[in-house]
Amino acid sequence: MMRMKSTDYKALSVSIVLLLIAICLPWIVGDFALTLAVNMAMFTVLATSWALFSGPTHYISLATAAFFGLGAYTMGLGVDHLPFWLLVILAGLFGAIMAGIIGLATLRLSGVYFVIFTLGLAEMTRQIITYIQNATGQKGILISIWFEESTFYWMLVALAALIFLVGWLIGRSRLGFALRIIGDDEEVARHSGINTALSKVLLFMIPGSVAAMSGAIIAPRYGYIEPLIAFTPMLSFQVVIMALLGGTGRLWGPLAGVIPFSILWELISASFPNQTTLLLGLSFLIIVYLLPQGFVGLLLKIRAKIGDGRGY
Amino acid sequence: MGILITGLLLGGTYALIAMGLNLQYGMSRIMNLANGEILVAGGFAAFWFWTAGSLSPLLTIFILAPVAFVVNWLIYVIILRPLVKRARSRGQLEVDAILTTFGLSFVAVGIMLATFGGDYFSYSYLLSPVELWSETYALNRILAFVAAVIICGALYLWLNISRAGMSIRAIAVSPDSSRLVGIDVPKLAALAFALGGAVTAVGGALISTFLTLDASTGVIFTLKALVIVIMGGVGDVRGTIVAALLLGVLETFVARLIDPGLTLAAAYLLFILILLFRPQGLFGRRQS
Repeated sequence: MMRMKSTDYKALSVSIVLLLIAICLPWIVGDFALTLAVNMAMFTVLATSWALFSGPTHYISLATAAFFGLGAYTMGLGVDHLPFWLLVILAGLFGAIMAGIIGLATLRLSGVYFVIFTLGLAEMTRQIITYIQNATGQKGILISIWFEESTFYWMLVALAALIFLVGWLIGRSRLGFALRIIGDDEEVARHSGINTALSKVLLFMIPGSVAAMSGAIIAPRYGYIEPLIAFTPMLSFQVVIMALLGGTGRLWGPLAGVIPFSILWELISASFPNQTTLLLGLSFLIIVYLLPQGFVGLLLKIRAKIGDGRGY
Repeated sequence: MGILITGLLLGGTYALIAMGLNLQYGMSRIMNLANGEILVAGGFAAFWFWTAGSLSPLLTIFILAPVAFVVNWLIYVIILRPLVKRARSRGQLEVDAILTTFGLSFVAVGIMLATFGGDYFSYSYLLSPVELWSETYALNRILAFVAAVIICGALYLWLNISRAGMSIRAIAVSPDSSRLVGIDVPKLAALAFALGGAVTAVGGALISTFLTLDASTGVIFTLKALVIVIMGGVGDVRGTIVAALLLGVLETFVARLIDPGLTLAAAYLLFILILLFRPQGLFGRRQS
């Protein structure tokens, strides 16, 4: 059933080499670069899983921060009672359940409702948690475990590798095929017997679960979590921009956006900390007007042009 | 009783803001997520005119409305119209419009942060108490409500009586057929967008007389306006007003009886109920 073509083997070997390089990174680079690498690994995880859903369906999800915060809080509340790995899995489960509920409520309808709903989701969850904390007299949660920076990095790289694998498998599965049809024309998809709502809900559970898991993994890095740290709305927008900047047409597309944007973000927030919102805004405009298919689209266009020149 | 009236007063201003968004989304078909930033900019203008020139916010709106109209018209013609032309389907336009207006909203927040800083701003204007049915209310809330009612009423009449207003409603129902009966759709869509922006900015000036704003609160108002528009039914003026009053009352109940920090959660509760049970809006007919 899983027949591999020669291009698949080629892609597989390139991915394995890149993965090995990524794994060896902490021994090569210094501390500052490693911190940046942890951020990049986190955004690779978030943006790639985001694109798995939003790429084919064109539904812009802004719920990343909400799932991320959910995961961070799962870790924060459970770290003294349960082992770390179990909590990460639990966070993923909670994320999937929450995504399923949101999906069932909004994905039956037009995409706009979904965008609006996810836009305020992190803010609403934050309000509710703040309210509960005020009611119980609690302030923030101290997380008592701690890892080396390189451990965080390896955990995130492992998660990223897992997502690439899942994404690759979905692309070959019936679900992936169904989603591409939905993305092209939902009406056609419905008429050819695809349960469009169910497919979308199932797929939306992936970024939900993944974002919650990365929130749980990263939480010990913060050491102390409170609603404002765990539910930063900016996170959702950063993920959208990185994924779209790279391009959602290929599995590796978001990665091509994560690397340059993380560096740019680091530079801007170091020298002009108040202008990060402006940077976000301009990035959105650049994507829409200049790079509608992201770097991936640009690359494919250039390649097609070169191909034409050769006269194939 | 006091909560109900405070809620209705708040809902009146919400109606005005949501009406602005409805003109933009329902009529000119641009989901404008930078709507809240226009509102905050309107509030900033009122604040600035009051503190620097001690000009009453009720007079400021007469300067503000034409300026906001022109600015929004330019935004539509320069930035958004190319997207309308390039879009092959409604869905693509929606995605492009969402991303672009997000971009605009962040740019606006960035500019406002750079010019005014990140502080909260508020000013006291007409704080004198007014007694109604043995409860007291601040005069500024009542004035904002009255102004909102007048503007909403005028808009409602204009949309129902004048030729331009009726054409705009025709676009909301069916842009393709309106072209067939000789309506200049691109021109009127720009007009509706600009008018919506002007109404929102005026709403911002009115709301700033009794609420504290800061450069980044815009998105909250965008969300509330969106919830109201969807609840009332996209393109439906009457539904918008009813939905806005409902949200105003519910929010005030939650703020007074449970916790003032939960107002957005209250709006979301309404939103979920609407999505689950009446996605076509309060008065909308179910599409077959």
